[in-house]
Amino acid sequence: MNQLPTTTLRLLAAALLLGLCLTGKLQAQTPPAQESTKPAEQKKEEQDLPGVEKAPPLPAGMTGSDAADPRFNLKPGLFDAGEVAKGLRHIQLLKKPDAFQLGTEDADDPKVKKTLGSIGVPDSPMIPKPFKLVMAQLAFANSDLAFKGKYLFMGNFYGVNIYDIADPTKAKLVTSMVCPGGQGDVSVYKNLMFMSVEMPNGRLDCGIQGFPPAPPPAAGAAQGQPLPAPSKERFRGVRIFDITDIRNPKQVAAVQTCRGSHTHTLVVDPKDKNNVYIYVSGTSFVRQSEELPGCSAEGPDKDPNTSLFRIEVIKVPVAAPQTAKVIASPRVFMDARTGVLNALSSGTTHGTGKPAFSDQCHDITVYSEKGLAAGACSGNGILLDIKDPANPKRLDAVNDPNYAYWHSASFSNDGSKVVFTDEWGGGMGARCRPNDPNVWGADALFSLKDNKLTFAGYYKMPAAQGNTENCVAHNGSLVPVPGRDIKVQAWYQGGISLMDFTDTKHPKEIAYFDRGPIDPKMLVLGGSWSAYWYNGHIYSAEIARGLDILELTPSESLTQNEIDAAKTVRVTELNVQSQQRIVWPNKLVVAKAYLDQLERSQALPADQITAMRDAIQTAESSGLAKGRAKLQSFARSLKENASNAQNAVDGNRMQALAEILQRPVK
Amino acid sequence: MKAVNFDVLGDSPRITKACGVIAMSVCLLVTIVAVTFSSLPLRCVLAQQTAPAAPAKPVVVQPGAPGKPTKVLPRTTTAKLPPLAKADVQFMQGMIVHHEQAVEMTALIESRTESKDVRSLGARISHTQADEIAFMKRWLVSRGQPVVGASHDMHKHHKMSQDQMDQMALMPGMLTPKQMEALRKASGEEFDRLFLEGMIQHHGGALDMVKDLHDTAGAGQEAELFNFATDVDSGQRAEIRIMQAMLEKLPSKEKR
Repeated sequence: MNQLPTTTLRLLAAALLLGLCLTGKLQAQTPPAQESTKPAEQKKEEQDLPGVEKAPPLPAGMTGSDAADPRFNLKPGLFDAGEVAKGLRHIQLLKKPDAFQLGTEDADDPKVKKTLGSIGVPDSPMIPKPFKLVMAQLAFANSDLAFKGKYLFMGNFYGVNIYDIADPTKAKLVTSMVCPGGQGDVSVYKNLMFMSVEMPNGRLDCGIQGFPPAPPPAAGAAQGQPLPAPSKERFRGVRIFDITDIRNPKQVAAVQTCRGSHTHTLVVDPKDKNNVYIYVSGTSFVRQSEELPGCSAEGPDKDPNTSLFRIEVIKVPVAAPQTAKVIASPRVFMDARTGVLNALSSGTTHGTGKPAFSDQCHDITVYSEKGLAAGACSGNGILLDIKDPANPKRLDAVNDPNYAYWHSASFSNDGSKVVFTDEWGGGMGARCRPNDPNVWGADALFSLKDNKLTFAGYYKMPAAQGNTENCVAHNGSLVPVPGRDIKVQAWYQGGISLMDFTDTKHPKEIAYFDRGPIDPKMLVLGGSWSAYWYNGHIYSAEIARGLDILELTPSESLTQNEIDAAKTVRVTELNVQSQQRIVWPNKLVVAKAYLDQLERSQALPADQITAMRDAIQTAESSGLAKGRAKLQSFARSLKENASNAQNAVDGNRMQALAEILQRPVK
Repeated sequence: MKAVNFDVLGDSPRITKACGVIAMSVCLLVTIVAVTFSSLPLRCVLAQQTAPAAPAKPVVVQPGAPGKPTKVLPRTTTAKLPPLAKADVQFMQGMIVHHEQAVEMTALIESRTESKDVRSLGARISHTQADEIAFMKRWLVSRGQPVVGASHDMHKHHKMSQDQMDQMALMPGMLTPKQMEALRKASGEEFDRLFLEGMIQHHGGALDMVKDLHDTAGAGQEAELFNFATDVDSGQRAEIRIMQAMLEKLPSKEKR
């Protein structure tokens, strides 16, 4: 066969294959593209569409987000958006299952018309095309994540999706569990799965029909008795499922609360193996007492039993979860001396002078091993003593002049730091525009000593985002790199950002992943709700698109040894708001990570680092048969150096390194 | 450049079909030029061949009430929404009018008071409510609903007399034309007091509107509206408390 036809055939076949692959609309990922939109054209169309927020001018003396960052002006698109990453590699996107969306991405699809019709929206040519697609974007939004063994549980306003992530490069959907009611935050404990429900369409029976509105009065007919709003079939609170059969979750209990459950936190009491506890954070309206007896939306001055100004504690007997019930409603905002319930809402008496008001917690993170919880409670950040889980007691409360809404909290592994987040704009707004201040909608870092929180610094994902990208600080977890405090965090359509907060006064970004906006002309809700590290990979619940799986790649800010050391940490369950202490094995790869850090901070002479690396190499390649004595002699000198280290961070690294060299394991 | 990945929703009908077509075409090609093409990365073929060996397909299930069995739903199930209530649309239309007055009130601050606290509070209220107006308009337009409710559209097109304005139904808590006039005429501490009192009254009305919404059968079940109503409720409740504290600090309050 001569050369020419072969080449032609090759090209033809390649084109054919490529074409087929593309028409199949399979998971084709575009390379990172940075095409900017055409400003003039965009401006004209924006004027025709309401709903795009323009940033007001930057307040005097403040700095905005960085518009020179490659993450600004990425190409828009739902599944063909431009992508850019640093220190992270995107492995896989599993699109949201059909059972959790309207079933089309085409605005002209008859399904869109049918869906709009079913909820009473006329088929009007007045509705701009992109608008039709954003119908109910929040009703099917992915939310928080939990993990157990090889399974990932992704909450959704419409239910829960369970994925098999045994091989993170080939993760697959196992179960779609339909059970609407938002937000669908999930936790897992052994064979139990917990789920938050707060919306009025939540039903005890997981029905999707919600509750019928009052029919319009018939023409000429007398006004009938209006439908009562309260319903015994409604469910707002925490659902408990038995997930022994992962493909057949069974609802075993549904614990009702007055404000429903916006989020919840699993509390495992180290002293109590028979029960687990759930802290319920309700942020929504208080329902009528006709629906749930005892509920009251009155202020504390009118009703000392108000459902405001409290959290709820559910006790779940592990052997009999069907008997779970609310056992306490701690008044976490109360002044212990005066008994005043709204002690943190008395204007300017707390914090740094900005008036604050807190009648609810949005999210609570517990660190049971330390007997502490950090609550992000709308107007304040609070610290709780939870040694008795049913009776949390407030130890401290902080305020911040730049904070709009205290949203979530997490501890550093040693418990000496707390990261709070500010969900300025509620997550539905564009808040990372070039003119949005970099201390609004940011993380606030506090040091924690003797049960007192002290402000240290702010961190906001530095890249500017567009007017149509909802973006603000959101959920994240620690990345178990030894010797450093690193957090991976979701920023909605601002993408995923890794923050090193070892130095709380000077936190810095070390890796990121971002996509362009879903739509260039209007804000379509999307982006990462939660981005968590679990056993070696980063999983992100993308609100509109699905489940993203990523992995860390080495960079000047993070070495392969540090990544490998992080991967040595394995847990059997992960509920990020129930913090477990990370413990690293005495493996030599962990030692190598510490050495890389001591080299980076120039805490040890270069020749000493080289000598230690050589000794580790010898020991490692011989399967620890050789060179132990040399490692131990290094360990002794390191312990001496540790006490003379220039700073505590490097001193601790030397101590930890010495421990491994003294007693290394395979 | 990322590899084309065929494992996503590995068994969705759409993808299976596409891979079927790909497999057929590929088979044809492979038969003709199998040897010559040994270097081509035939990932589609591989994906198709390994598919039958894949474990159980994903299930769609719907639990029952506590203690009741879980139903298996067809794998072709797509999502559905609860009905939209007339009260939802009226809530949004009414709240736009309500918010517009708040923005109108905050616009007066610039020329009438030097109070740092009032100016900073006003900036925050104005920012939030202007954003929320944009959101509400988007919500209504995307549902094919008029942005202006039936009882208020006259307002936009006709110049009304003071009497007509007074008689026009206002949303709960809204300042009457007389109250607005008094606010416009005030300055300094008098303005601060009228502004704070007025905005407390105004925000209180928004809380009533949210309560009315949730007290209406079938209303407030749409996720975005629910989320928005919740934000209005918690945000304005907080601002009321903050404004009450500011009001208590004003010297002019004692003089009244």
